Amino acid sequence: MTQPPRTTPETAPADSPVLRLGALEVGFRGQPVNVLDGVDLEVSAGEILCVVGESGCGKSVSAMALMGLLPPAHTRISSGNLTFDGEQFDLTRQTLPPRLRGGRMAMIFQEPMSSLNPAFRIGDQIAESVLQHQGGTHASAMARALEMLRRVGIPAPDRRLKEYPHQLSGGMRQRVMIAMALANDPQLLIADEPTTALDVTIQAQILDLIRELRDSLGMACLMITHDLGVVAEIADTVAVMYGGQVVERGPAAAVFENPQHPYTIGLISAVPRLDAPGGRLATVPGSVPPIAAMPTGCRFRNRCPFAADICAGKPPLAVQDGGHAVACHFAPLEQNLEVVA
Amino acid sequence: MTGTILKATNLTRHFGGGGFLSETAPVRAVDGVSLDIRRGETFAIVGESGCGKSTLARLLMRLLAPTSGTVEFDGAEVTTLEGNRLRDLRRDMQFIFQDPFSSLNPRLTVGRLVGEPLEVHRPDLSARQRREKVAELLTQVGLLPDHMSRFPHEFSGGQRQRIGIARALASGPKLIIGDEPVSALDVSVQAQIINLLGDLGRDLGLTLVIIAHDLAVIRHMSDRVAVMYLGKIVETGPAAEVFDSPRHPYTQALLASIPSPETRSEGRKARVQGEMPSPTAPPPGCRFHTRCPHAQEDCRTVEPKLEDPGTGAHPVACHHWQGIAAATGAQAVPKPRNETAEARFALYRAATEGARLEKTKKTETT
Ligand SMILES: Nc1ncnc2c1ncn2[C@@H]1O[C@H](COP(=O)(O)OP(=O)(O)OP(=O)(O)O)[C@@H](O)[C@H]1O
Ligand SMILES: Nc1ncnc2c1ncn2[C@@H]1O[C@H](COP(=O)(O)OP(=O)(O)OP(=O)(O)O)[C@@H](O)[C@H]1O
Ligand code: SF4
Ligand code: SF4
Ligand SMILES: [Mg+2]
Ligand SMILES: [Mg+2]
Repeated sequence: MTQPPRTTPETAPADSPVLRLGALEVGFRGQPVNVLDGVDLEVSAGEILCVVGESGCGKSVSAMALMGLLPPAHTRISSGNLTFDGEQFDLTRQTLPPRLRGGRMAMIFQEPMSSLNPAFRIGDQIAESVLQHQGGTHASAMARALEMLRRVGIPAPDRRLKEYPHQLSGGMRQRVMIAMALANDPQLLIADEPTTALDVTIQAQILDLIRELRDSLGMACLMITHDLGVVAEIADTVAVMYGGQVVERGPAAAVFENPQHPYTIGLISAVPRLDAPGGRLATVPGSVPPIAAMPTGCRFRNRCPFAADICAGKPPLAVQDGGHAVACHFAPLEQNLEVVA
Repeated sequence: MTGTILKATNLTRHFGGGGFLSETAPVRAVDGVSLDIRRGETFAIVGESGCGKSTLARLLMRLLAPTSGTVEFDGAEVTTLEGNRLRDLRRDMQFIFQDPFSSLNPRLTVGRLVGEPLEVHRPDLSARQRREKVAELLTQVGLLPDHMSRFPHEFSGGQRQRIGIARALASGPKLIIGDEPVSALDVSVQAQIINLLGDLGRDLGLTLVIIAHDLAVIRHMSDRVAVMYLGKIVETGPAAEVFDSPRHPYTQALLASIPSPETRSEGRKARVQGEMPSPTAPPPGCRFHTRCPHAQEDCRTVEPKLEDPGTGAHPVACHHWQGIAAATGAQAVPKPRNETAEARFALYRAATEGARLEKTKKTETT
């Protein structure tokens, strides 16, 4: 039964990313401008990558594309490749093998009610997913469902198994979603705004839970959020998106303490701080344009206070020290620009 | 000019439940709230979803009648106002809604939307004067007079919130209540609206009542704050005091729940278990006792009153606050950025404030 160790050159080294997403370009039919303009992301085992950016920047579409969930009839995927656990997939046809989805690669969606079926009991829904990916008996699947509910901290889990989604509070539903996603021991968890709809005390409980599960299961986690506080607390690595482009990415400490991209700097400056009350906040001028009106080249250039002619060309995502990468023609800003008195 | 502008005494609002023979218990949305809002200040009401913030706001505005209790605006009891006095109240107190998308009539132009309150409250203005006033209001909130002929759907979320603010300002109010006025907005746009409200409050001498669940937004905007839990105020005082030395276990838990980089290394300080109970059956005694890490026997039976302890401390409704160490601040100060990063932030701020920049980039040279 022992298999010889795989020695093919394609085999990934142990510390290589679980997931590597490359050159993802996605448009929607009837819209000439692509919604995603070359998105690259990677995340390793035991790592939490946070994808952060404002509404409409393409966070959810990126996640849907890498799960192979975009409807081919409505989308135009001109390029995109995925390496998952050493295996390569072409994303342009959105035909990921079903064994991956919900099994080794699990997702928690932005709107929990949309992925829980209101007509079925919680326990049956979790058990169904377990049966589909691991087989076994209904009884063993239900036992697994119970174990998972207990694991995510749901009180009286045996009673909850028999309840319907509408009988649960928002926080409980989100726990059920996590229990369902983790029931098949995924290598990668994709969580789209898992705490956005929740109160801050409940959010804290869910973030603790995700962190604890990551620690004990060693899974990779791609978490989507627009909340910089959440990113600062939980992320190991960060990717900042704007207008369908990754404009900056790197270790969380580097991105927060030493941000390079004008958009990242603007976002961080715009968040009110608990320790520095009052005064005017620095802002990002204007607002995100509709996708059809996105400028070419650097898509941030109609809002960027530093924009110049050169910005009509797309800046490459240039890697600096320690895997910190930034896509701006003028980075590092303090060396290339100065205020004239 | 100073002194109280809006005063609530024992304000209570229950929903449903019917008479005393009814089977179903009422929702105790607001239960015995007393407040003093001072002229010219920004007062914030904070608490988790369902604690009664919006109900309280609507009671203060007289958009909803209280089950019991009173509201006084500028010294007059508002629940009994009628006719002209009621119209004056509507002029003096305005509302900004959370959702800029649903709060504006999509069939009206911006000119009509902002002009409408002027028609009611400034009948003395001619059509031309009204147009000029609308143009002035639009400019005041950072829009253009040209926007008058456009419809709400042509604007972004932040711009729609500006339209809502212009509309609220049109009648020349003394006080504006904003129910989550920035929480539907993206962070970059949210900062613009926070700045705008701050500027207007100061320039026009407005009193602002801000309802929000984002504690950092509240800390940034407000002078004084009230923390609500299950229909009651549990702690109130100057924002700096409440945030820097929170005394009520619930306030401490709220502040400790705010995500921050420090939590990653140190773990959470005051973790609060469980969820807020239903307001149809609030726990007896202290309503927070089911989740409070400091609860003792008396907390389950005796309700703590929100009393001013004097001696420089701020009011807190907890039997044991003196024995519970005041939590240290909301959040440890984030790591200082290094000099180069700091220079970059300064450069960014200068550039957004209109400083001229020289491009010194030497891409082609060497
Ligand atoms: N099915 C679709 N058809 C057409 N356009 C779409 C579709 N789904 C998304 N888009 C567009 O793609 C862009 C990116 O959307 P996406 O949902 O990924 O944003 P997001 O970053 O997740 O935003 P949010 O923070 O609001 O969830 C948006 O401009 C959106 O309008
Ligand atoms: N018209 C109504 N009829 C019945 N119950 C109501 C009504 N309005 C509010 N409630 C209930 O009163 C309680 C307080 O609601 P309220 O909207 O004031 O809370 P909130 O603090 O504004 O919450 P959120 O942060 O979610 O906006 C809730 O339990 C709510 O369900
Ligand atoms: S490339 Fe140009 S427009 Fe884009 S962020 Fe850099 S300076 Fe601004
Ligand atoms: S009164 Fe008791 S239960 Fe209530 S907050 Fe104080 S210690 Fe906690
Ligand atoms: Mg999304
Ligand atoms: Mg509300």
